[in-house]
Amino acid sequence: MKNNLLFDFTVDKSTKTVFVNREFDADLSLVWDAFTKQEILDQWWAPKPWVSKTKFMNFEVGGQRFYAMVGPEGQEHWSIQKFTSISPKTNFKMSNAFADKDENPDLPGSDWDLNFSEQNGPDNYRVTKVSITIKNESLARMEKMIEMGFQGGFTMTLNYLEQLLLKQKNH
Amino acid sequence: MEVRRDVFQAIADPTRRAILVLIASQAMTPNVLAEHFDSSRQAVSKHIQILTECELVKQKQSGREIYYQLNTHKMKEIDKWIEQFREVWESKFNQLDKVLLTMKKQKK
Repeated sequence: MKNNLLFDFTVDKSTKTVFVNREFDADLSLVWDAFTKQEILDQWWAPKPWVSKTKFMNFEVGGQRFYAMVGPEGQEHWSIQKFTSISPKTNFKMSNAFADKDENPDLPGSDWDLNFSEQNGPDNYRVTKVSITIKNESLARMEKMIEMGFQGGFTMTLNYLEQLLLKQKNH
Repeated sequence: MEVRRDVFQAIADPTRRAILVLIASQAMTPNVLAEHFDSSRQAVSKHIQILTECELVKQKQSGREIYYQLNTHKMKEIDKWIEQFREVWESKFNQLDKVLLTMKKQKK
Protein backbone atom coordinates (compact mmCIF):
# COMPACT_ATOMS: atom_id res chain seq x y z
CA MET A 1 0.00 0.00 0.00
CA LYS A 2 2.71 2.40 0.98
CA ASN A 3 4.52 1.69 -2.26
CA ASN A 4 1.61 3.02 -4.24
CA LEU A 5 1.97 6.48 -2.79
CA LEU A 6 3.21 9.05 -5.22
CA PHE A 7 6.77 10.27 -5.02
CA ASP A 8 8.31 12.31 -7.73
CA PHE A 9 11.34 14.46 -7.81
CA THR A 10 12.48 16.66 -10.66
CA VAL A 11 15.17 19.25 -11.08
CA ASP A 12 15.06 22.06 -13.58
CA LYS A 13 18.70 22.94 -13.91
CA SER A 14 18.08 26.03 -15.99
CA THR A 15 15.95 27.71 -13.32
CA LYS A 16 17.81 26.00 -10.45
CA THR A 17 14.50 24.77 -9.15
CA VAL A 18 13.71 21.49 -7.45
CA PHE A 19 10.19 20.03 -7.44
CA VAL A 20 9.24 17.37 -4.92
CA ASN A 21 5.80 15.75 -4.73
CA ARG A 22 4.88 13.14 -2.17
CA GLU A 23 1.68 11.60 -0.86
CA PHE A 24 1.28 10.52 2.74
CA ASP A 25 -1.08 7.99 4.22
CA ALA A 26 -2.37 10.36 6.92
CA ASP A 27 -4.87 13.16 7.49
CA LEU A 28 -4.03 16.61 6.22
CA SER A 29 -3.89 18.02 9.75
CA LEU A 30 -1.32 15.42 10.85
CA VAL A 31 0.91 16.08 7.84
CA TRP A 32 0.59 19.83 8.35
CA ASP A 33 1.71 19.40 11.97
CA ALA A 34 4.64 17.24 10.87
CA PHE A 35 5.92 20.08 8.71
CA THR A 36 5.18 22.95 11.07
CA LYS A 37 5.87 21.77 14.63
CA GLN A 38 9.44 21.62 15.79
CA GLU A 39 9.16 18.52 17.97
CA ILE A 40 7.79 16.53 15.00
CA LEU A 41 10.12 18.10 12.43
CA ASP A 42 13.12 17.06 14.47
CA GLN A 43 12.03 13.43 14.21
CA TRP A 44 12.34 13.29 10.44
CA TRP A 45 13.83 16.42 8.83
CA ALA A 46 17.43 15.18 8.69
CA PRO A 47 18.30 12.13 6.61
CA LYS A 48 19.93 9.45 8.75
CA PRO A 49 22.49 9.26 10.26
CA TRP A 50 22.09 13.00 10.70
CA VAL A 51 19.56 14.40 13.15
CA SER A 52 17.71 17.69 13.17
CA LYS A 53 17.86 19.84 16.29
CA THR A 54 15.66 22.91 16.40
CA LYS A 55 16.85 25.60 18.75
CA PHE A 56 13.75 27.72 18.34
CA MET A 57 10.81 27.96 16.01
CA ASN A 58 8.08 30.59 15.76
CA PHE A 59 5.73 29.35 13.11
CA GLU A 60 4.09 32.65 12.16
CA VAL A 61 4.57 35.10 9.31
CA GLY A 62 7.86 36.87 9.98
CA GLY A 63 8.84 34.15 12.43
CA GLN A 64 11.87 31.87 12.16
CA ARG A 65 13.10 28.38 12.75
CA PHE A 66 16.75 28.13 13.72
CA TYR A 67 18.01 24.58 13.61
CA ALA A 68 21.04 22.40 13.09
CA MET A 69 21.66 19.21 11.21
CA VAL A 70 23.86 17.25 13.57
CA GLY A 71 26.14 14.57 12.16
CA PRO A 72 27.23 11.28 13.68
CA GLU A 73 30.51 12.85 14.83
CA GLY A 74 28.73 15.84 16.30
CA GLN A 75 29.28 18.17 13.33
CA GLU A 76 26.67 20.91 13.24
CA HIS A 77 25.30 22.64 10.14
CA TRP A 78 22.98 25.49 11.10
CA SER A 79 20.17 26.89 8.99
CA ILE A 80 17.61 29.63 9.34
CA GLN A 81 14.14 29.38 7.88
CA LYS A 82 12.09 32.56 7.69
CA PHE A 83 8.36 32.12 7.27
CA THR A 84 7.08 34.61 4.72
CA SER A 85 3.50 33.42 4.19
CA ILE A 86 1.18 30.97 5.95
CA SER A 87 -2.28 29.72 4.92
CA PRO A 88 -3.08 27.09 7.56
CA LYS A 89 -3.32 23.51 6.25
CA THR A 90 -2.95 24.74 2.67
CA ASN A 91 0.36 26.45 2.04
CA PHE A 92 3.36 28.03 3.59
CA LYS A 93 6.41 29.76 2.16
CA MET A 94 9.82 30.27 3.64
CA SER A 95 13.24 31.48 2.75
CA ASN A 96 16.03 29.20 3.81
CA ALA A 97 19.68 30.06 4.38
CA PHE A 98 22.64 28.27 5.86
CA ALA A 99 24.02 30.02 8.92
CA ASP A 100 26.68 29.89 11.57
CA LYS A 101 25.94 28.91 15.14
CA ASP A 102 25.32 32.56 16.03
CA GLU A 103 22.42 32.92 13.61
CA ASN A 104 24.37 34.83 10.96
CA PRO A 105 22.91 33.78 7.62
CA ASP A 106 25.13 32.78 4.71
CA LEU A 107 23.26 34.35 1.81
CA PRO A 108 22.05 33.74 -0.85
CA GLY A 109 19.67 31.00 0.12
CA SER A 110 16.64 29.30 -1.37
CA ASP A 111 12.92 30.03 -1.50
CA TRP A 112 10.53 27.27 -0.54
CA ASP A 113 6.87 26.96 -1.42
CA LEU A 114 4.99 24.08 0.22
CA ASN A 115 1.45 23.08 -0.76
CA PHE A 116 -0.75 20.66 1.15
CA SER A 117 -3.94 19.05 -0.15
CA GLU A 118 -6.13 16.01 0.37
CA GLN A 119 -6.31 13.67 -2.60
CA ASN A 120 -7.90 10.39 -3.54
CA GLY A 121 -5.06 7.95 -3.22
CA PRO A 122 -4.77 4.34 -4.36
CA ASP A 123 -7.95 2.31 -3.66
CA ASN A 124 -9.82 5.58 -3.26
CA TYR A 125 -8.94 6.33 0.34
CA ARG A 126 -7.84 9.83 1.20
CA VAL A 127 -4.18 10.70 1.25
CA THR A 128 -2.40 14.00 1.82
CA LYS A 129 -0.29 15.33 -0.98
CA VAL A 130 2.59 17.68 -0.32
CA SER A 131 4.14 19.60 -3.23
CA ILE A 132 7.38 21.42 -2.58
CA THR A 133 9.12 23.88 -4.87
CA ILE A 134 12.63 24.95 -3.94
CA LYS A 135 14.19 27.77 -5.88
CA ASN A 136 17.93 28.13 -5.39
CA GLU A 137 19.77 31.35 -5.96
CA SER A 138 22.72 29.52 -7.48
CA LEU A 139 23.91 26.12 -8.57
CA ALA A 140 26.62 26.30 -5.95
CA ARG A 141 23.89 26.67 -3.34
CA MET A 142 22.20 23.59 -4.70
CA GLU A 143 25.42 21.62 -4.46
CA LYS A 144 25.80 22.71 -0.86
CA MET A 145 22.27 21.61 -0.12
CA ILE A 146 23.08 18.17 -1.42
CA GLU A 147 26.30 18.06 0.52
CA MET A 148 24.43 18.82 3.75
CA GLY A 149 22.12 15.94 3.18
CA PHE A 150 24.84 13.52 2.38
CA GLN A 151 27.88 13.94 4.52
CA GLY A 152 28.71 10.60 6.04
CA GLY A 153 25.57 9.03 4.73
CA PHE A 154 25.53 7.75 1.24
CA THR A 155 28.20 6.18 -0.90
CA MET A 156 28.41 8.89 -3.50
CA THR A 157 29.30 12.25 -2.08
CA LEU A 158 30.37 15.54 -3.46
CA ASN A 159 33.83 14.06 -3.78
CA TYR A 160 32.45 12.29 -6.76
CA LEU A 161 31.50 15.57 -8.35
CA GLU A 162 34.90 17.01 -7.47
CA GLN A 163 36.58 14.11 -9.24
CA LEU A 164 34.33 14.64 -12.19
CA LEU A 165 35.27 18.27 -12.44
CA LEU A 166 38.94 17.57 -11.84
CA LYS A 167 38.90 15.04 -14.64
CA GLN A 168 37.52 17.67 -16.98
CA LYS A 169 40.10 20.20 -15.89
CA ASN A 170 42.98 17.83 -16.59
CA HIS A 171 41.81 17.03 -20.07
CA MET B 1 42.74 33.01 -14.40
CA GLU B 2 41.88 29.44 -15.17
CA VAL B 3 38.22 28.89 -15.84
CA ARG B 4 36.93 25.67 -14.43
CA ARG B 5 34.24 24.26 -16.68
CA ASP B 6 31.30 22.95 -14.79
CA VAL B 7 28.84 20.57 -16.45
CA PHE B 8 25.97 22.22 -14.68
CA GLN B 9 26.90 25.64 -15.92
CA ALA B 10 27.29 24.12 -19.36
CA ILE B 11 23.72 22.90 -19.41
CA ALA B 12 22.31 26.01 -17.76
CA ASP B 13 22.42 27.79 -21.13
CA PRO B 14 19.35 27.36 -23.38
CA THR B 15 21.33 27.28 -26.65
CA ARG B 16 23.62 24.60 -25.32
CA ARG B 17 20.65 22.56 -24.16
CA ALA B 18 19.13 22.90 -27.63
CA ILE B 19 22.42 21.67 -29.15
CA LEU B 20 22.37 18.64 -26.87
CA VAL B 21 18.78 17.85 -27.80
CA LEU B 22 19.60 18.12 -31.53
CA ILE B 23 22.66 15.92 -31.50
CA ALA B 24 20.95 13.42 -29.20
CA SER B 25 18.86 12.29 -32.16
CA GLN B 26 21.78 12.12 -34.60
CA ALA B 27 25.40 13.20 -34.95
CA MET B 28 25.77 16.47 -36.86
CA THR B 29 28.41 18.45 -38.68
CA PRO B 30 29.07 22.01 -37.44
CA ASN B 31 27.39 23.44 -40.57
CA VAL B 32 24.18 21.46 -40.22
CA LEU B 33 24.05 22.23 -36.54
CA ALA B 34 24.52 25.97 -37.09
CA GLU B 35 21.60 26.02 -39.55
CA HIS B 36 19.26 25.30 -36.64
CA PHE B 37 20.15 28.53 -34.90
CA ASP B 38 19.70 32.20 -35.67
CA SER B 39 22.95 33.08 -33.98
CA SER B 40 26.22 33.27 -35.89
CA ARG B 41 28.26 30.18 -36.70
CA GLN B 42 30.94 31.54 -34.43
CA ALA B 43 28.55 31.77 -31.51
CA VAL B 44 27.34 28.22 -32.07
CA SER B 45 30.88 26.97 -32.36
CA LYS B 46 31.76 28.64 -29.05
CA HIS B 47 28.88 26.78 -27.38
CA ILE B 48 30.08 23.51 -28.89
CA GLN B 49 33.55 24.18 -27.61
CA ILE B 50 32.24 24.57 -24.07
CA LEU B 51 30.20 21.39 -24.37
CA THR B 52 33.25 19.56 -25.69
CA GLU B 53 35.41 20.80 -22.83
CA CYS B 54 32.82 19.45 -20.44
CA GLU B 55 32.88 16.16 -22.35
CA LEU B 56 29.17 16.36 -22.99
CA VAL B 57 29.90 16.37 -26.71
CA LYS B 58 32.35 14.17 -28.58
CA GLN B 59 33.86 14.77 -32.00
CA LYS B 60 34.05 12.08 -34.60
CA GLN B 61 35.96 12.36 -37.84
CA SER B 62 34.28 10.82 -40.84
CA GLY B 63 36.15 11.40 -44.09
CA ARG B 64 36.71 15.14 -44.35
CA GLU B 65 33.82 15.97 -42.06
CA ILE B 66 33.69 16.37 -38.32
CA TYR B 67 30.57 15.14 -36.59
CA TYR B 68 29.42 16.11 -33.14
CA GLN B 69 27.71 13.51 -31.06
CA LEU B 70 26.31 13.29 -27.58
CA ASN B 71 28.43 11.68 -24.89
CA THR B 72 25.63 9.73 -23.24
CA HIS B 73 28.00 8.42 -20.58
CA LYS B 74 28.58 11.95 -19.33
CA MET B 75 24.88 12.76 -19.36
CA LYS B 76 24.30 9.74 -17.13
CA GLU B 77 26.76 11.16 -14.63
CA ILE B 78 24.57 14.22 -14.28
CA ASP B 79 21.59 12.00 -13.60
CA LYS B 80 23.57 10.15 -10.96
CA TRP B 81 24.40 13.39 -9.22
CA ILE B 82 20.77 14.42 -9.15
CA GLU B 83 19.81 10.96 -8.00
CA GLN B 84 21.69 11.60 -4.75
CA PHE B 85 19.45 14.53 -4.01
CA ARG B 86 16.38 12.46 -4.73
CA GLU B 87 17.60 9.86 -2.26
CA VAL B 88 17.92 12.47 0.48
CA TRP B 89 14.25 13.30 0.12
CA GLU B 90 13.25 9.68 -0.15
CA SER B 91 15.05 8.91 3.07
CA LYS B 92 13.49 11.88 4.86
CA PHE B 93 10.01 10.98 3.71
CA ASN B 94 10.38 7.36 4.76
CA GLN B 95 11.19 8.64 8.23
CA LEU B 96 8.15 10.90 8.10
CA ASP B 97 5.93 7.93 7.17
CA LYS B 98 7.00 6.25 10.40
CA VAL B 99 6.43 9.40 12.44
CA LEU B 100 2.94 9.82 10.97
CA LEU B 101 2.10 6.21 11.73
CA THR B 102 3.08 6.72 15.37
CA MET B 103 1.05 9.93 15.53
CA LYS B 104 -2.00 8.15 14.10
CA LYS B 105 -1.74 5.40 16.71
CA GLN B 106 -1.44 7.91 19.54
CA LYS B 107 -4.56 9.69 18.37
CA LYS B 108 -6.69 6.55 18.49
